[in-house]
Amino acid sequence: MALTTAPDPTRRGTGSVRPPAPRGRIGRIRHGEGLAGYVFLSPWLIGLLAITAIPMLLSLYLSFTNYDILTPWSEVEWVGLANYERMFTNDPSWWHSVRVTLSFALIAVPLKLAAALGVALLLNRAWRGVGLFRGLFYLPSLLGGSVALAIVWVNMFNREGAFNSFLALFGIEGKPWVNDPDWALETLMVLAIWQFGAPMVIFLAGLKQVPTELYEAASVDGASKFRQFVNVTLPMLSPVIFFNLVLETINGFQGFTAAFVLSNGTGGPVDSTLMYTLNLYITGFTELQMGYASAMAWVFLIAIALITAVFFSTGRFWVHYSDGEDR
Amino acid sequence: MVASTVAPTVSARPQRPRSRSWLRLVILLAIVTVVLYPLIWMVGTSFKSQQEIVNNIGLLPEKFTPGNYTNGWGNFDVSFGRFFLNSAMVSLLTVVGNAVSCLLAAYAFARLRFRLRKVWFAVMIGTLLLPSHVLIVPQYILFRSFGLVGGDWPYLPLLIPQFLATEAFFVFLMVQFMRSIPRELDEAARIDGAGPFGIFRHVILPLSRPALVTTAIFSFIWTWNEFFRQLVFLSNLSDYTVPVALTLFIDSTSQSAVGPMFAMAVLSLLPVFVFFVAFQRMLVEGINTSGLKG
Repeated sequence: MALTTAPDPTRRGTGSVRPPAPRGRIGRIRHGEGLAGYVFLSPWLIGLLAITAIPMLLSLYLSFTNYDILTPWSEVEWVGLANYERMFTNDPSWWHSVRVTLSFALIAVPLKLAAALGVALLLNRAWRGVGLFRGLFYLPSLLGGSVALAIVWVNMFNREGAFNSFLALFGIEGKPWVNDPDWALETLMVLAIWQFGAPMVIFLAGLKQVPTELYEAASVDGASKFRQFVNVTLPMLSPVIFFNLVLETINGFQGFTAAFVLSNGTGGPVDSTLMYTLNLYITGFTELQMGYASAMAWVFLIAIALITAVFFSTGRFWVHYSDGEDR
Repeated sequence: MVASTVAPTVSARPQRPRSRSWLRLVILLAIVTVVLYPLIWMVGTSFKSQQEIVNNIGLLPEKFTPGNYTNGWGNFDVSFGRFFLNSAMVSLLTVVGNAVSCLLAAYAFARLRFRLRKVWFAVMIGTLLLPSHVLIVPQYILFRSFGLVGGDWPYLPLLIPQFLATEAFFVFLMVQFMRSIPRELDEAARIDGAGPFGIFRHVILPLSRPALVTTAIFSFIWTWNEFFRQLVFLSNLSDYTVPVALTLFIDSTSQSAVGPMFAMAVLSLLPVFVFFVAFQRMLVEGINTSGLKG
């Protein structure tokens, strides 16, 4: 950035001439283009209104009611903040699902990112066959959210599953992991970590951007491989780490399919896999408490917005952009 | 003196990377084993007899039992063929919907100037982070009140949003792509007398093919694997898509269904495998340029 802005002083003399050009471009909407813009945008605009905006407002309204889809609209009762009050003060299973979701995200996301970065570092050199490895590691991410894969996973950690057979080779007696409340969520975490391929590919792209001169300079200064990793790789990679962290955290909060399959939609054993979204689904579509489920959805939305905001506000302390610009 | 100090480092250099690349290869092969094991085990188990599933520790069956596939196919009142057809239809129509509607919106955002463009663009980016779980209850209520849930054509609640460019991710992807198309081409077309529609038809549309193909492939795979919305909106057995139908196996708690369940799980992943093999390079490139998730 510093290099491209260097010629600026020479331009400053003609500064009085420059401004009108961009202002003209922004200000002048070419004949018919404004209308065409809205014509092309119309499907999206209709979708925004009908599929997103109206449902959001409706959901906000419902969150203050006891709506259950079975009683007619005329009998729907406005209950004020009762749903929110119940959630925070009188619903242990809601708090439980918050804890389950948080512990899932706090453990699985960092481990998944660490695995992704570690493997990316191993693959970050051009040699024959690197593409094959990259593709194979990416495959689990591609199959990621499917019911079929979740079914396989659950069976793999059954009493007779492949994992226990593997442990038996070492003389360790396994247990029915997915039926054990202390281990069911952990098997879902392992599933999430196993799908490290998607962030790995993004890390690989980021590693390619790190200028090799930096490593050369560091090794001339006598820095060890470890020091080079800490002082060159990590700072240069921080925007990509940040991107992956935000994305994977939000994804982690929304985990649904595997938890649904493992517990047949109940969140069991003993609520150990009651992820927030699964709890929301059960509340809204099994117990038909749609007003309450709407309140849960709004709290979820606000929580995700807050966490994203926290990421972005703390990010400027550790995310380093090589062009020196704060995003 | 100088030569003697330089010589050892030069000769040591090619050796170190070689021994380390050995280690690297061993580690990578170990990771590949871990990554592929569940998938191979899935395929192997789908060919095992019930007896073998319990007793055989190995990855592959001692005796191939293709019976699981025929049993699984007809395990329920509705055959799996129907579920596959349903899934194929939903996925293919989603591809069409996403490709068309996201392309139109992206062209507007990337190339046309109109009032509030930046505001709408910011709103579009904002919807990227909006979890679908937040909207599902009111959407269900709305679609139901229009008689579209479990109606004559129960897939409308799944498809209408896709035809209205609600998959903001693809809009964003295409906007990014279109920004790389040189504006001089627009100018040339304009000089030739083309308006916004002509430029779209003759410049942007033909040049956007790579972005369209990426959108189509990911759109297909994601919809094929999608579960949450299909679970909520499909209520009749004969309307079920493959993911929803697979959960029927979990309901039937009898152990005898494990083989057929694995067989159908393998079949359900086949289309994704085919796409993976055919477009492996593109899928990986697509994700690293745009941050697409699997």
